[in-house]
Amino acid sequence: MEPGENEVWTLAEQREGKLKPISYELLAWGRSLADKLNVPLASLVIGNGISQDALESLIHGGADRVYSIQHPLLTHFICESYARVLQHLIQEHHPAVLLGGATTTGRTLLPYVAIKVHTGLTADCTGLDIEPGTGNLLQTRPAIGGNILATIKTPNHRPQMATIRPRSKQPLCPDPSRAGVIESIIVQEEWLDNRVQFLGRDPLGEEGDGLEGSDIVVSGGKGLRKGENFSLIRGLAQELRAAVGASREAVDRGWISYPHQVGLSGKTIAPKLYIAIGISGSIQHLAGIKSSEQIAAVNLDPNAPIFQVADFGIVGDLFQVVPRIRDRIRKYRLEKQKEDPAYGCT
Amino acid sequence: MHIVVPIKQVPDTARVKLDPVTGTMIRSEADAVMNPLDLYAVETALRLKEQYGGWITVLSMGPKSAARSIKEDLAMGCDEGILLSDKAFAGSDTWATSYTLSTVIRQSLSFDLIIAGERATDGDTGQVGPGIAAWLDIPVATYVSRILSFDGNRIEVARLTEDGYERLSVPLPSVLTVVKEIAVPRLPTLRGILKARSLEIAVRGKADYPFQDEYLGLQGSPTRVVKIETPLISRKGAVVTIKTEEDLSQAAEEFVRFLSQKGLI
Repeated sequence: MEPGENEVWTLAEQREGKLKPISYELLAWGRSLADKLNVPLASLVIGNGISQDALESLIHGGADRVYSIQHPLLTHFICESYARVLQHLIQEHHPAVLLGGATTTGRTLLPYVAIKVHTGLTADCTGLDIEPGTGNLLQTRPAIGGNILATIKTPNHRPQMATIRPRSKQPLCPDPSRAGVIESIIVQEEWLDNRVQFLGRDPLGEEGDGLEGSDIVVSGGKGLRKGENFSLIRGLAQELRAAVGASREAVDRGWISYPHQVGLSGKTIAPKLYIAIGISGSIQHLAGIKSSEQIAAVNLDPNAPIFQVADFGIVGDLFQVVPRIRDRIRKYRLEKQKEDPAYGCT
Repeated sequence: MHIVVPIKQVPDTARVKLDPVTGTMIRSEADAVMNPLDLYAVETALRLKEQYGGWITVLSMGPKSAARSIKEDLAMGCDEGILLSDKAFAGSDTWATSYTLSTVIRQSLSFDLIIAGERATDGDTGQVGPGIAAWLDIPVATYVSRILSFDGNRIEVARLTEDGYERLSVPLPSVLTVVKEIAVPRLPTLRGILKARSLEIAVRGKADYPFQDEYLGLQGSPTRVVKIETPLISRKGAVVTIKTEEDLSQAAEEFVRFLSQKGLI
């Protein structure tokens, strides 16, 4: 077998040379698949200025091989250039599986590549397995706003490609004793596509960062009555080290910016805990939160649909409830800190 | 400038009811509507046309009834509609769909921009926009939330990513997929509705374009759905109702216990 042939590949993601958590989550998925198929697992990194330590961290995170593809013109994600790099590598090495993150990068790049290499791609998977007997990749994903779970395979085309929802698996515990090979790929001039120019990046500002990457998200809706009252949500979020989300109603009223919007026309998230405050839980909103591990809700209306999906519900006036639970959490933390000075330091 | 807007007809999630026992969707009440996220693409195209002049073609693949969704776009101000409706297209995955749409665009439309919604609310893939760009070998900018400038040859856009807004300069022709933040869609005017009524929507099939048959429909689709499950979403967790000051303390107490039991604080 040629090197690379039938391997499982995962696509690492980086920004300004720093690897993102999804890179390691994909390795955790890839490791279990590669072990079942008894093939090597490789991680691909496309970018520039990625350190040797960062490349080795992918081996510690489960990779047997790292393909490092670095070039100044690959510093920023430009779909057409990244796609050509991947297309060349796929056509040269014939991997069996290629996994990317269901991120704004992966959900742009992989559909482009899937057309170019003529193979199937399954979006936003939350489960992966190997079909006994055939060795086909079984890809499970929610669809129709999370109302169904579909399992999909790509029986006759290779590689079998999928984007994987961030935070759908814990990264493996880093193992510095793991051995692997780092292979630097010489970038060919013709792989680079200079049609699109990257002009710059503007950060989201305030707490918009990390809605997708947070363990806890606290969201506010129409029940807040006015924009200033979002301070209640922000206060509770701060106490819980959580990100701030919002319903469509709150965003449409101008109380908070669009990057905070959770739901069908906003973001789909799957935190460990989602707290909906003053949000009734329309089907569009629920579509964005259904995969959360735990859902808590505070609402005045006992018949609000949010309570149907809540693991913990409080029927009451959010203006009383939110300050009270915030105080109670603070008290809990202080007590814990007295018992164990190391509590909450991480 | 010629702008093509690919749209999709989807089940109306707003009218879907949840079964109170199983928490699953009751499909029979779901009416078909235009994918709500496509409205932002239509609005973006209309604003560009108003500012720079041009012609907007709405293109859709689906059953004959999808003509109704195209009519809505014509009522908003789009100029022409093409509906691809043929049994041969049935069962297309995103690979076959982007092949079919891009073949029509390449063969019959001299286009400058293709503007699509971020994704459709039924399949939720967002793969067809970038797929069309790949077939046509033109650049794509996804998750576009603002158009910064346009000089006839290049368009500058801001795309919303996890880390902020990325500004890109993209040459024409190209594909943009847009998010809700880009614009508030207009309502059709009475004049628009009357005009749309008088416009014919061209219904086309397999025979009208030089398709490679083996790339169409289910046969041309690399992916296969092997299983569909309906997950239960009803969690039926504890609900505390607050009537008195004492209830309030009780609720806060129980909430903190819930958090600590789940290892969340």
